[in-house]
Amino acid sequence: MSETGRKILGPINRVEGDLEVRLEVGQQKVTRAWVNSPLFRGFEKILQGKAPADALVYTPRICGICSVSQSIAAAAALAQLQGIAPTENGQLATNLTLACENLADHLSHFYLFFMPDFARAGYADQAWYQREAARFRAQTGAASNQVLPARAAFLQLTGLLAGKWPHSLSLQPGGTSRPLSRSEQLRLQAMIGNFRRFLEQTLFGDRLENVNTLASVKQLQQWQSQHRQSDCGRFLAIADALQLHQLGRAADRFMSYGAYALPQGWLFRRGCVTLEEGHAVYAKLDERRITEDIASSWLAGERCPLHPYRGRTEPDAEQSGYSWCKAPRLDGRSVEVGALARQVVNGHPLALDLVAQNGASVYSRVIGRLLELALVVPEMEHWCAELDPQQPYCRHALMPAGGRGAGMVEAARGSLGHWLQVEQGRISNYQIIAPTTWNFSPRDGGDQPGALEQALEGAPVAGDIEEALAVQHIIRSFDPCMVCTVH
Amino acid sequence: MTGSDKLTLLWLQSGGCGGCSMSLLNAENPALYELFEQAGIELLWHPSLSESGGRALIDLLQSIVEGDTRLDILCLEGSVMKGPNGSGKFHLLSGTDTPMFEWLEKLAGAAGLVLAVGSCAAFGGITAAGDNIGEATGLQYDGERPGGLLPETWRSKKQLPVVNVAGCPVHPGWVTDSLLLIAGRQLQADQLDEYQRPRLYTDHLVHHGCPRNEYYEFKASAEKPSDQGCMMENMGCLGTQARADCNIRPWNGSGSCLKGGYACINCTAPGFEEPGHAFSETPKVAGIPVGLPTDMPKAWFVALASLAKAATPERLRKSATAERLIYPPGKGGDKS
Repeated sequence: MSETGRKILGPINRVEGDLEVRLEVGQQKVTRAWVNSPLFRGFEKILQGKAPADALVYTPRICGICSVSQSIAAAAALAQLQGIAPTENGQLATNLTLACENLADHLSHFYLFFMPDFARAGYADQAWYQREAARFRAQTGAASNQVLPARAAFLQLTGLLAGKWPHSLSLQPGGTSRPLSRSEQLRLQAMIGNFRRFLEQTLFGDRLENVNTLASVKQLQQWQSQHRQSDCGRFLAIADALQLHQLGRAADRFMSYGAYALPQGWLFRRGCVTLEEGHAVYAKLDERRITEDIASSWLAGERCPLHPYRGRTEPDAEQSGYSWCKAPRLDGRSVEVGALARQVVNGHPLALDLVAQNGASVYSRVIGRLLELALVVPEMEHWCAELDPQQPYCRHALMPAGGRGAGMVEAARGSLGHWLQVEQGRISNYQIIAPTTWNFSPRDGGDQPGALEQALEGAPVAGDIEEALAVQHIIRSFDPCMVCTVH
Repeated sequence: MTGSDKLTLLWLQSGGCGGCSMSLLNAENPALYELFEQAGIELLWHPSLSESGGRALIDLLQSIVEGDTRLDILCLEGSVMKGPNGSGKFHLLSGTDTPMFEWLEKLAGAAGLVLAVGSCAAFGGITAAGDNIGEATGLQYDGERPGGLLPETWRSKKQLPVVNVAGCPVHPGWVTDSLLLIAGRQLQADQLDEYQRPRLYTDHLVHHGCPRNEYYEFKASAEKPSDQGCMMENMGCLGTQARADCNIRPWNGSGSCLKGGYACINCTAPGFEEPGHAFSETPKVAGIPVGLPTDMPKAWFVALASLAKAATPERLRKSATAERLIYPPGKGGDKS
C-alpha cells in the first residue's frame, strides 16, 4: 500500500487547547506535516492602551496551565521597565510558585496526557498491554485516582504562596505580595515533603537523588532493571518495546532562557545548544537575534521577520497562511524548547547522552520532564528553607511613563518571552512568544518547518491515520499548550 | 450510544485559556472522578481527560446533534468566538472546517442543561476585553446584556436558561456543587441569581470572611502590594461588591485573592475585564472611593469611615502598610 494523500487530524485531545495537524502520507510514512493552531483571541490587541501593571491581570489569563509563568514573564518585563529586581524572599517565593506550576504540569502531562495512549486498542496485541492499560487508561486507570489528589495537594502550595492557581496576582515586579509567616514556611516545607513522598513511592520507586544523578543512558538502563514496578520504570519498558527513542527527532537545536533565578545565577543556565556530530555545542543566547515571521500565518503586516519589539499582531483571515501562529526563529533557525532542551542546555549528563545517541525523541522528551521532577523538588526544599520571615518579600518602585522591558522565563514547556513597550503611561506594544509557538511554529518565509513539523516527518503510518499512534506520541511528546501558542 | 441511566456530560472549550478545567482538576473531597461516580455522571468527552479525539469526537458530536446520543449536560469553557465579521473563523473546530459557534448552537439545542463554565463562557470575559476584536461573547449574555450566542428567551430541554458558573477561573467547588445539585434534580430557576449564576456561591460577598476584616473596620488601608491593610481604599479591591464565597470556601487548600495579598477584581461579574481604570488602583472622587458597598447610603459610609479612621488602633494603622504585624494584639500599648 503506497497511498499518497493529505489527511487532517483533529481535534487532537489531551493537549491544552485545540490543535489540528495536516499530514501528507506516502509509503506508510508521514512525508510532510503542517501544524495549525485554530484559535485566535488577540491578547496583544487587548493589552494596547492599558496601564502597564494591568498586564499582571491579563497575561496570566492567556493560559490556564502556564498561568504563573505568564505572570512571571509580565512581572519581569515590568521590572526591567522600572529598573528593579525582586527582593531575595520575593525571588525565592517566585521560584517556588513557578516550580510548583512547572512540576504539576510535568506530572499532569505524564499521567493525564501522555501515558493514556498506551492503553489504546491499537496496542492490545502487545505483551505488556493488559498490565499497563489497567494502570494508565484515561479516566479509569488506577493511576488517575492517585495522581489527581497528589496534584491537587501539591498545588496547595499556591494557596499559601499565591492565593490561588491558576490566575494569581501575587507575582509582582519587585517580588510577591504574600509574605509568609514562620509557621506557614514550615507548612510549605511539609507540603513539598508530601510531594517528594508521592514521587519517590509512585513515580520513581526510588530516592529523587538516585534519579537526578543518573549520568548516562547506560546508568538509566541499569536503574530501569531495578525499578520495573515504578511508573517511570513502566514507561521505560514500554519505550523499549516500542523503540520510542527512534521517534520524533526534530532539528536538535535547543534553547533555554535560563530557569529559576538565584543570587549566584540561574539554576538551569541560559543558552542554546546545537548537535554537531553527536556533540553538544553550547553558545550564549543573544535575545536580539529572536525574530518572528508571519509568512504562513493568518496575519497582516510586514512579511519580513521582525524582533518582537517591532512585531505586530494583526489578524487577517484572508491571508494565505495555514495557522494563526507566527514562526519564531533564533538566528533565522527554528529551535526546540522544553524540559529536555533546558537540561541539554544546562549540560545534565543524562540529557546530553540521550541526545548524543538519538537526538531529541519521544523517549528523551519524556525523560527530560521526569528528570526535572527529580531535580527541582530538592531545590524547592532549599528555597523554602532559605525564606526569611524577617526580611521583605516585595520591593516597590514607580512606574515610568515610557520605556520598554523584556520578561524571559522558562515555563514547563520551555521558553516564554514578553516584550513590553510603554508610551505616555500606557502600553503601546506587547508581544508574546510562548514555548509552543516555538515548537509548533508553522513554516517561515524560507519554507523552514517548525520543530513538530520536522519531528513528524518519517513517522510510521500504517492504515488509518486516526490509529497512527506514533503520530500521537510525537505530538504529545512536546506537551503542547495551544492556548499559549496563539493568544 | 449510551443506554445507561447516568447523566451524560460533554465538555467543550472555545475562546478561553483552559484554566477552568485546570482549576476543576484541583477539586478535593469530592475529587473530580469521585464526583462523577457519586453524582452518576458519565463523561462523554473532555478535551484533557478523554482517550480519543479526532473523528471519534466529531462522530460523537454529530450523533448528539442528530439525537442518537442523549446529552444531559453540556459544559462550555471559554468565550464563543463570532469574529472576524461574524464568520467564526477565529475558532473553527479542528477537523471540521466549521465555526465552533455553529457546533455550540446545535449542541445546546440538543442538551438537557447547558453550563457556561467560567466568565468567558458566561459573559465573554477576558477574551472580550479591549476592542473585542474576536467578537467574543458569552453563551446567553454579551457582557451585562442578556442575549449572547443564544437569545435571552432561550431555554434548554429541561426548561432552564444557561447556568452561568462564572469566575476567572471558577472555583472547583462551584462546578462540583452545581453538578451535585443537577444530579439531585435540585437545580431550579430560583437557585440562580440575576445573572443566572448559581446562588450556592453568589449569595455571598467576597468580603464575607475576608482575613483583612479588622483593617476594613478601621479603614486601615494598604498602599502597595504585600502590605497587610485593607485593599479597598487604594488597591482597587472590589470584595465588598463582588458576589462569591472566595473567603469562605478556600482556594487550593487555604488561599484566596485577598489572602494572596492582592485585590478582588470581581471576576464573577459580567464586564469585569474592563473596569474602566487600572485594576490595582481605586478610582476616587474628592479622595473618596467611587465603588462603595452598593446597599448602604454613601453618606453613612463616609461618616462611618471617618469615625473608624479616627478610632484606628495604632497596631492596625502601623501594620496596614507593613508586610507583617508591627506588634500583635494585646501587647505594646494600643492607644484609644
